[in-house]
Amino acid sequence: MTLFGAIGFLAPTLLLALLALPILWWLLRAVPPAAIKRRFPAVTLLLGLKDPESTPDKTPWWLLLLRMLALAAIITGFAGPILNPKEARLATGPLLILTDASWASAPDWARRQDKIDTLLQEAARLGRPAVVIPLTNPPNITAELPWRGARDWAEEVAGLAPNPWEPDYAAFTATLNGLANADFETVWLSDGLKREGRAALAEKLDKIGNLSVVQTVNATLAISPPLYRDGIIVAKLLRSRAGPEQSATLVAIGPDPAGIERKLAQIEAVFPAGSQEIEVEFDLPAELRNRIRRFAISGKRSAGAVSLADDALKRRKVVLFAGQNPREGQELVSSLHFLRKALAPTAELIEAPVRQSLLADPDVVILADVAKMTSTETEALRKWVEAGGLLVRFAGPKLAAASLSQIEDDPLLPVRLRAGGRNVGGAMSWGSPKLLQPFAKGSPFFGLTIPDDVSVTSQVIAQPDPFLAERTIASLQDGTPLVTRKDLGEGRVVLVHVTANAEWSNLPLSGLFVQMLERLAVSTRTAAPSKADLAGQLWQPKQVMNGFGDLRSADDLIAVEGERLAGGNVARDLPPGTYVNGDREIAINVITPDRQLAAAVWPAGLTVSPMQTVAEKPLKALLLAAALILLMVDLLATMWLGGRLRGPREGVITSALVALFLLSPGFAPQARAQDARALQATAETVLAYVKTGDARLDAASEAGLYGLSVTLTKRTAIEPNDPIAIDLETDELAFFPLIYWPITESQPIPSQEAYDRLNDYLRTGGMILFDTRDANLGGLGAGTPNGRRLQQLAASLNIPALEPIPSDHVLTRSFYLLQDFPGRYARSDVWVEAAPADATRIEGMPFRNLNDGVSPVVIGGNDWAAAWAQSRDGQYLFPVGRGGYGGERQRELAYRFGVNLVMYVLTGNYKSDQVHVPALLERLGQ
Amino acid sequence: MNTPAPQIPLMRLDARQHAALFPPLLAEAHRLAASVVMGSHGRRQTGPGEEFWQFRSAMPGDAWRSIDWRRSARSDAHYIRQLEWQAAQSVLFWIDGAQSMSFTGDKKRPAKGARANMLGLAIMILLVKAGERIGLLEDLDPPKSGETQLDRIAAQLESRARADDYGIPDQRIFPKDSRAVFVSDFLGDWAAIKDVLARASDRGVTGALVQILDPVEEAFPFDGRTEFQSMSGAIRFETLRARGLKAAYLDKLAARKQALAEIAARTGWQYLCHHTDQAAQPALMWLYSALEKAR
Repeated sequence: MTLFGAIGFLAPTLLLALLALPILWWLLRAVPPAAIKRRFPAVTLLLGLKDPESTPDKTPWWLLLLRMLALAAIITGFAGPILNPKEARLATGPLLILTDASWASAPDWARRQDKIDTLLQEAARLGRPAVVIPLTNPPNITAELPWRGARDWAEEVAGLAPNPWEPDYAAFTATLNGLANADFETVWLSDGLKREGRAALAEKLDKIGNLSVVQTVNATLAISPPLYRDGIIVAKLLRSRAGPEQSATLVAIGPDPAGIERKLAQIEAVFPAGSQEIEVEFDLPAELRNRIRRFAISGKRSAGAVSLADDALKRRKVVLFAGQNPREGQELVSSLHFLRKALAPTAELIEAPVRQSLLADPDVVILADVAKMTSTETEALRKWVEAGGLLVRFAGPKLAAASLSQIEDDPLLPVRLRAGGRNVGGAMSWGSPKLLQPFAKGSPFFGLTIPDDVSVTSQVIAQPDPFLAERTIASLQDGTPLVTRKDLGEGRVVLVHVTANAEWSNLPLSGLFVQMLERLAVSTRTAAPSKADLAGQLWQPKQVMNGFGDLRSADDLIAVEGERLAGGNVARDLPPGTYVNGDREIAINVITPDRQLAAAVWPAGLTVSPMQTVAEKPLKALLLAAALILLMVDLLATMWLGGRLRGPREGVITSALVALFLLSPGFAPQARAQDARALQATAETVLAYVKTGDARLDAASEAGLYGLSVTLTKRTAIEPNDPIAIDLETDELAFFPLIYWPITESQPIPSQEAYDRLNDYLRTGGMILFDTRDANLGGLGAGTPNGRRLQQLAASLNIPALEPIPSDHVLTRSFYLLQDFPGRYARSDVWVEAAPADATRIEGMPFRNLNDGVSPVVIGGNDWAAAWAQSRDGQYLFPVGRGGYGGERQRELAYRFGVNLVMYVLTGNYKSDQVHVPALLERLGQ
Repeated sequence: MNTPAPQIPLMRLDARQHAALFPPLLAEAHRLAASVVMGSHGRRQTGPGEEFWQFRSAMPGDAWRSIDWRRSARSDAHYIRQLEWQAAQSVLFWIDGAQSMSFTGDKKRPAKGARANMLGLAIMILLVKAGERIGLLEDLDPPKSGETQLDRIAAQLESRARADDYGIPDQRIFPKDSRAVFVSDFLGDWAAIKDVLARASDRGVTGALVQILDPVEEAFPFDGRTEFQSMSGAIRFETLRARGLKAAYLDKLAARKQALAEIAARTGWQYLCHHTDQAAQPALMWLYSALEKAR
């Protein structure tokens, strides 16, 4: 293949033929166009005439140019031009394809796979053995790389996926060092991030054989775990390269109240030119904030662009409630003071009576030395705990004195208590203050270190009980329980056997108190958990993330020890995801809070090529097609020049061009057509129907209105023209006194503009006859599909209150006297605008005094159009009723209804004025 | 043994084809002729005939039997009833049937020949209705009157074989003082046409020349390198730029028309140039009145 810039040729020698073009030019110029043979009787007159031009008619230069271009296109086309040709590798020997396969390679993973595929194909063509190694998941290599035929790798490459952790360059360098005899070429598909050991590995590979690096051009985006700061969630966006301005959309995702995952918030962030990180602030209401499950950079499919949220972002709602505090104003001895201090930074505190505060749906209720509660309070609390709440109670003098739960189990206390409690190490007692026993394995506090100075002087004592041991989660050195816990329904009840203030012990003064509260999931941590925080616990992965940032449930994974979790270094044994322990949750993210992204630095002299994104594109077909088009143009031009396009043919071509021009939208004839319609619609009275899109139904409507028009012409002074079909979207409605609107199930809902015009039409005196055509089998608009459709269609129309046509309605006597309004069916009610409530019937008059307005709608389901339908030669198109004489009678009544309806529309309630006839006659008589 | 039986249906088919062709032509000509209102066709002078012309006082020498007694009884003088002279005239037609007449510049227009046939037949119908004798120039039989003659001529017009490129009127001795109608494009040999006309006028023959041309022949809308051929292809003319010839051609065409008009004027004939894109009726009207004038 020969390359000319971005274009290569398969058969470049063919291009030499281009040299022949000038000769051809000369030849074509010399030869005049062929003569047209024409039959022409008047040739006798031509005989003897002198040709005015002695030199032959030359082909014009532009036609020649056209032909030359066509020819050049053909020659170039057959020379096999290819845009962006791939350079063929001609090297031999084994080929190592390294890919970082980290989270940062995920966004363009498909491209990477393509690249590996092409490399493998080339290797296969050249018979080179190959090996593909993802650096995040290298195979076990002992003496030699697992060389195989390049073709064998193809399937494996298809299954290759990026891992969410970082590649270990040092380990692979070591592996390479251990190889016995290494001599191979390497292609390294890098993710473009700076990491330790990358340069060393590159140097090593370059030493072994030729190393070429392929890496993405785009900057890698990542999100640092969002932090909670002063009531605002702050997320940091990182990018690997300080390029020009770049925008990214950060979304917060979490369940909505119905439990369906949704976008809860979205913020557009813009990296200023030259900066590598920006901070984005989410100022969300607490409700929303607590529901956030993860943050993601939208459009970036990578584990680095997803950050899972955990307890650190949650602020639990904690209800603090103490019994009466007799010593008002003594803050430091207040039973809630230390709780407040411990919880205020990490929880939303509610201090209100239990009944009210439960309405706020708290996560935790803390009762400090509350003994007596009303039974409704107890019941409400119990229900709340059973539904998953956490009730933490602190002991105190009142609880000790209350002799609560001595005999029977109190549901709101984990253990039965002895009356009175005990004092140790006080002035009035023997012994010394008791110290805490180290937390047992299995206790939620396991792993916490106990300061030496924490001691207890008083406590409430649990009664011996078979359950006592398992309910105790912390105890004193003498084995008496300090913290007991029991499950109640979905929730838990915890009792701390000392007070929440420093009266009975100095535990609330120590840091241990805070840690214990956190472990009880009362408070939440503010920063990344330290090793000590998590020590001694097993954390079960709940959801884990792959390299693309997709989450999957992790039930099949084994639990991870807290110490490992605290390190936070994502690796094969610690995939990123959410880990749970009891009520607590920790998210492990790919990007740690202090992580910085930087572009990879390669040793000098290494070729780094961008990921090839442009595909090879053969231009042969394109050029040949161009040549063909040029030749066609040439043909037309030649015909035109030779006079063959004159006469009728010229007309054909001109009209074709004009037609093409006319086809362009918005051309004037449309407006003219509209005018013509308007004239047609206004020259005579015209009935109209709505086009439903169902051709048969539209034809029936047309025939029906035609039949009605014929009948009107025969019997009344109304002589309508042929009916007109209306497209609600485009046509003006104002010309039509009556619009017949048959309903089909599949009819599209008109647009808002169409509704606006319909409402205008109804308001300004138009009438629409809705026909569900289903005999209203299901009652008005309720049961049948057409009825439901009618409801949907009419929802946006201004339709007044309706009633079935009353027996004294004008419709019953506007031309014929009618009491039924049958169409093809005769069973349904027909609805019109309801009469005003104050319509009164004058004594002695047959009708009420209904002198105002024409109903804007008439709604029924009798399929009138079908009953009216006539062909142009007067044949009825549809049978009516049961056919026979009865059917024809029904058809006659249908026509009469139609006549009445049109009369009603056109004359209004003129007939209603007849109520005054007796009075008028009387007056005339005088 | 094979019989030539299959030929019979073929012949029949041929006949049917002719029969099918023939009535429309005649019918069309009839339709065209019907549009001309029949006027008085007498000689406007006394003579043998059937129609009443005038009463004249009897003069010595008049035969007794020629006295119209009914008229004479109403007055003292004697009157003789004279009839209009209705001696039938012979009108000879030359309707060009050469190949050049089969040309049409547009499929939608009739060929020149078709128009010529129709025009000729239509005027023949009118003449037959007026009682004149008609005949074709190439027909050796004397002109006759009557519907049969019409049918015969129509059949003859249809069945003519077109061999020559251009038509020349047959050399024939015209009946003295007869009428003639020449319908042709007059694009053929000018000398021959002139000769025939000269000899006709020598015999006291007057009549009408109808030149039928296609609009294409008038407009010459050609361009580019063109080889013009006569209808049979016998005559050719090649030009490199047809457009350049247009002016010269139009001049020559005008000269030919002028020559025709002049020779017609000199010999007492009438001349009309008719184009096939025009309606046939005005031409028929003109032809009709031209023959009226001539007699």
